[in-house]
Amino acid sequence: MEAPQLSSLYQQLILEHYRNPRNKAELDGKSVEIHMANPVCGDEIRLQLRIEGDEIAEAKFIGQGCSISQAAVSMMTTLLQGRKVAEAEELAGRFTEMMHGDEDAAKDRALGDLRALQGVSKFPVRIKCALLGFDALQEALKKSSGEATH
Amino acid sequence: MTVPVAAAPDTAFDPAVARRDFPALSQEIHGHPLIYLDNAATSQKPQAVLDVIDGYYEHDNANVHRGIHELSRRATVSYEEAREKVGRWIGATDPSEVIWTRGTTDAINLVANAWGLDNIRAGDEIVLSVLEHHSNIVPWQLLSARTGAKLRYIEIDDQGRLVLDDLSEVINGRTKLVAISHVSNALGTITPLDTIIAAARSVGAVVLVDGAQGAVHTSVDVTSLGADFYAFSGHKMCGPTGIGALWGRRELLESMSPYQGGGEMIHIVERDASSWAQIPHKFEAGTPNIVGAIGLGAAADYLSGIGMDAIQAHERDLLSYALERVGAVPGIRIFGPESLEERSAVVSFTLGDAHPHDISTILDTEGIAVRAGHHCAQLVMKHFGVSATARASFYLYNTREDVDRLVDGLDQVRSIFG
Repeated sequence: MEAPQLSSLYQQLILEHYRNPRNKAELDGKSVEIHMANPVCGDEIRLQLRIEGDEIAEAKFIGQGCSISQAAVSMMTTLLQGRKVAEAEELAGRFTEMMHGDEDAAKDRALGDLRALQGVSKFPVRIKCALLGFDALQEALKKSSGEATH
Repeated sequence: MTVPVAAAPDTAFDPAVARRDFPALSQEIHGHPLIYLDNAATSQKPQAVLDVIDGYYEHDNANVHRGIHELSRRATVSYEEAREKVGRWIGATDPSEVIWTRGTTDAINLVANAWGLDNIRAGDEIVLSVLEHHSNIVPWQLLSARTGAKLRYIEIDDQGRLVLDDLSEVINGRTKLVAISHVSNALGTITPLDTIIAAARSVGAVVLVDGAQGAVHTSVDVTSLGADFYAFSGHKMCGPTGIGALWGRRELLESMSPYQGGGEMIHIVERDASSWAQIPHKFEAGTPNIVGAIGLGAAADYLSGIGMDAIQAHERDLLSYALERVGAVPGIRIFGPESLEERSAVVSFTLGDAHPHDISTILDTEGIAVRAGHHCAQLVMKHFGVSATARASFYLYNTREDVDRLVDGLDQVRSIFG
């Protein structure tokens, strides 16, 4: 099997987010929190959102793990600030498509810094690392909408 | 950490020759020759074991202890011969003290259920150590939840060695069971079994040894060891997955209730109750992993043919070389005992701020297989304040060149994360 290119995986932008994660703090006034872990490798995050109406007013996280998982959450939270819930769901879908090798999704400017993670799709065992943050986001939005209707 | 590098041992054993016995090792991964350093997770299998497995299915396949026909006779003979081989391999004097299990985990769960539920009461204490693999923690937590027994832990020091200063306080008159690993899978620490077993004996406690990483690398003599149970897995010692064994002292095994009910383990079945077969069959309900047992017997033959002393000397040399070379990589932190006498051929490490998963991915692109994670030993990780380590673990077919390749791979990690 052809060696996947490490240079496509460990982009400078990923290492930069890993070492200087954005929005890594406890969120005051959070309305929903999801703790998500990958028990196989020990990556974990607590994603905290303040949702006002149909908008994610603020997103922060606490976490630890590999460069891919932590950079992905950092990049994701950057995009979530002030975004409509429906748009956030769309981003999650788009990012998942990119992780499954969709070249068009990888060119979508809406994904912002997250496009640097395109190379992860060539490393099948690491895709779950990249998806950890969005998995937490989807759980958080589900939990939040469930609470809103009850 | 620095250790003196001894000269390669003068022995007839040649790892480069042994390597040719293992077909899986002669492949390329991502364009590089495979360097397999994940032996503490599972070992590769020699051709001799693969041939025995194929031969069984091609010629002898039948259920055991049931048929009168020729194939059933052959299968039964091979299956019971394998029990004798594996029994001899661990120094058991009586093959009926060897119970086939799915592996170490299954063996420990067998003792926790079949012995534990009848013998552990509220207020009793079960002693473990912080080194334990989850498979030697969780079954006792389940037992504790059902009985009200208390779990106590032997602590570890900054080199991952058991702290023995307060042993007489931890193992005391309330202790009913001590369950301790022979060798730590996460750090390679060889535990002082003699001291622990003597302490347990002095208070009349039963001792179970988790030998998953022990019997693989060193010769074991359960008869002189003094423990009551010794559990180990086949797949870490060149055998197939899904097979392992529990050795137990006859009088304990005979006094215990069965683990699971079903065929094979009964004597007479009536409407409301049944009587049990003799050991070992009392603990082997259902059609067993026949080919697994026969394959494990072949693995014991293979290792005996080389000699555990030769394997141990080779691994000691590799460990010494690996600690020296890996230890010299800038930014490396190696966990575990500094003394070679107290350590098996495992090097658990972190490197700068590169997460172990990232280390493992980078090494994989160079064809080098290491484990990254908590190694099912979260108490150990917590003790050292890390969430994960990378772990290179060696076996008979690894060479000094493999260590050199690992160090080259770590340089690659440093260039990406530097």
